[in-house]
Amino acid sequence: MPTLEIRDLHVSVETKEGPKPILRGVDLTIASGETHAIMGPNGSGKSTLASALAGHPKYTVTSGTATLDGEDLLAMSVDERARAGLFLAMQYPVEVSGVSVANFLRTAKTAISGEAPALRTWGKEVRGAMENLRMDTAFAERSVNEGFSGGEKKRHEILQMELFKPRFAILDETDSGLDVDALRVVSEGVNRAKEQTDVGILLITHYTRILRYIKPDFVHVFVDGKIAEEGGSELADRLEEEGYDKYLGANKTVSA
Amino acid sequence: MTTATTDLTTDHSRAVADGAHTHGAVKPQGSRAERRTSFSLEDIPIPAGREEEWRFSPADRLQPLFQADLGSSGVTVEVTAAPEVTVETVGRDDARLGTAGKPGDRTAVTAWNAFQQATIVTIPKEAVASDVTSVRVRGVSQDASAAHVLVRAERHSEAVVVLDHDGVGTLAETVEIVVEDGAQLTVVSVQDWADGAVHASSHRARIGRDAKLKHVVVTFGGDVVRVTPDAEFTAEGGEVEMVGLYFADTNQHQEHRLFVDHAVPDCKSRVTYKGALQGAGAHTVWVGDVLIRAAAENTDTYELNRNLVLSDGARADSVPNLEIETGEIAGAGHASATGRFDDEQLFYLQARGIPETEARKLVVRGFFAELIHEIGVPSVEERLLASIEAELEKSMSVITGAPTA
Repeated sequence: MPTLEIRDLHVSVETKEGPKPILRGVDLTIASGETHAIMGPNGSGKSTLASALAGHPKYTVTSGTATLDGEDLLAMSVDERARAGLFLAMQYPVEVSGVSVANFLRTAKTAISGEAPALRTWGKEVRGAMENLRMDTAFAERSVNEGFSGGEKKRHEILQMELFKPRFAILDETDSGLDVDALRVVSEGVNRAKEQTDVGILLITHYTRILRYIKPDFVHVFVDGKIAEEGGSELADRLEEEGYDKYLGANKTVSA
Repeated sequence: MTTATTDLTTDHSRAVADGAHTHGAVKPQGSRAERRTSFSLEDIPIPAGREEEWRFSPADRLQPLFQADLGSSGVTVEVTAAPEVTVETVGRDDARLGTAGKPGDRTAVTAWNAFQQATIVTIPKEAVASDVTSVRVRGVSQDASAAHVLVRAERHSEAVVVLDHDGVGTLAETVEIVVEDGAQLTVVSVQDWADGAVHASSHRARIGRDAKLKHVVVTFGGDVVRVTPDAEFTAEGGEVEMVGLYFADTNQHQEHRLFVDHAVPDCKSRVTYKGALQGAGAHTVWVGDVLIRAAAENTDTYELNRNLVLSDGARADSVPNLEIETGEIAGAGHASATGRFDDEQLFYLQARGIPETEARKLVVRGFFAELIHEIGVPSVEERLLASIEAELEKSMSVITGAPTA
């Protein structure tokens, strides 16, 4: 069974004052079909984990390993990681002026699967996926993320996840900035992908709200660049009650 | 404004009319209305290089075109006209020449004084040209030469005229454009010279009552290309749309200096220029002067320049100037922004499996896409897309170090 394995991962971010360590030894194993929630206070390194796994140039892995199905993820370029089956739904999707959503989706799909998708079935698939996410089909002609509302950007990220069919998807605070309706629509999209493709999911969130719609198999609490506690979905319920104060009290080195 | 090319993004939506550049960084040399124009060589001497209109230009490389003794053997001019259009070759004394304004800088005045024969393309009154008229200016030697083309759209006529420049030449050129009342004319000037070419071209347009000029400038090839389009409204209801697209490679200098003179009421101007740069020593200059004179009430004008810097060592200068002498205007604005190819855009596209070179191509194509569709001449649009693809192949070899495909 395909797995995403992270072992003792240390990551620094480039700052003007030099490299600053953020992740201090993360261990995590995600198997296909599993949903892992990573929760934690602001500044604990959750999003750094997402960006570092995807290969963002701002982050440097200083030690540790990350493998996808035994393949060394960290040795791959950003696009190679995506083609190997890793997907990152970004917290702040970037605008690409003059490139239509339709063109972008087709180009990316072609890159990921190594061949252009069959025209007729692809068009149908895109339209169907957009309808499921309650996106107007006129959306396909707009420039990527340009002038999109926060909710539209997140739907567009999940649309890609459904269409590209990754083996592992990292959802980086996909729930942030969504109203309840949008949160439900987006969560349905994630659940559809889970049912249809057996994708393994790393769901990064500050809040427990999204976990009412997407049931995690495992919950990991991130504090100060490592996992401070792990458990099942009941751990999320406890965090809902208690918040992160307990962890921060003991380990107050990271500011938000 | 001289835009530094660092720390800016290619997120074009973030550029705003007045936040994207500073006013007053360049000390103005007085009103554009006071700029000397003349047909006489004595009135416009050889520049030292520090003059406002030459301060961004490589004066040393333009020296041959500053001289008064330009020949005519360096270029050939061939016209393939639509059946409704007439083409003549005339001498200097033809009364129709010199009616679209006077030269405004040294290369314009040397071009005017040196040409021996002019090509006149006339769209007769009320004629609608059924095909594109093509004027091919071909550089055949490095002998510094002068050329003169006049395009006349008589009243209520409609036509598209495309000027193509290629080969290797050293050319000072005048393109006069007269758009009579009610006429609709599109003039496209493509500078796709071979390496080594040096070209200075003064476009001077007069736009009559209720007439419309679409003026398109496309610059890809040549060592130094400097195009200075002037547009002047002579009666109410005129409209000019000026579109420009340029792509500068290593050591190329591409300069576009526009002047829109709103001297009469109720006219509209739109200027949109976009350029991409790649390679060390690639230098582009865009200067957009718009003057709304006191009499030009109800003027509506907007100008925009965007530059996309694809690699280190390239420099884009962008200077919009808007002078307004009346408070009674319908609208006046300008915007200018220069950005680098953005790491975040690259990351986003690569994170979707798209390799770096393909991602860069997507962004550049996207940058130019809308502008190309504004040109409205399908045959020109197709050629442009092909030229951009060719430039992109070059650009990828600059960026990745890989040989061109």
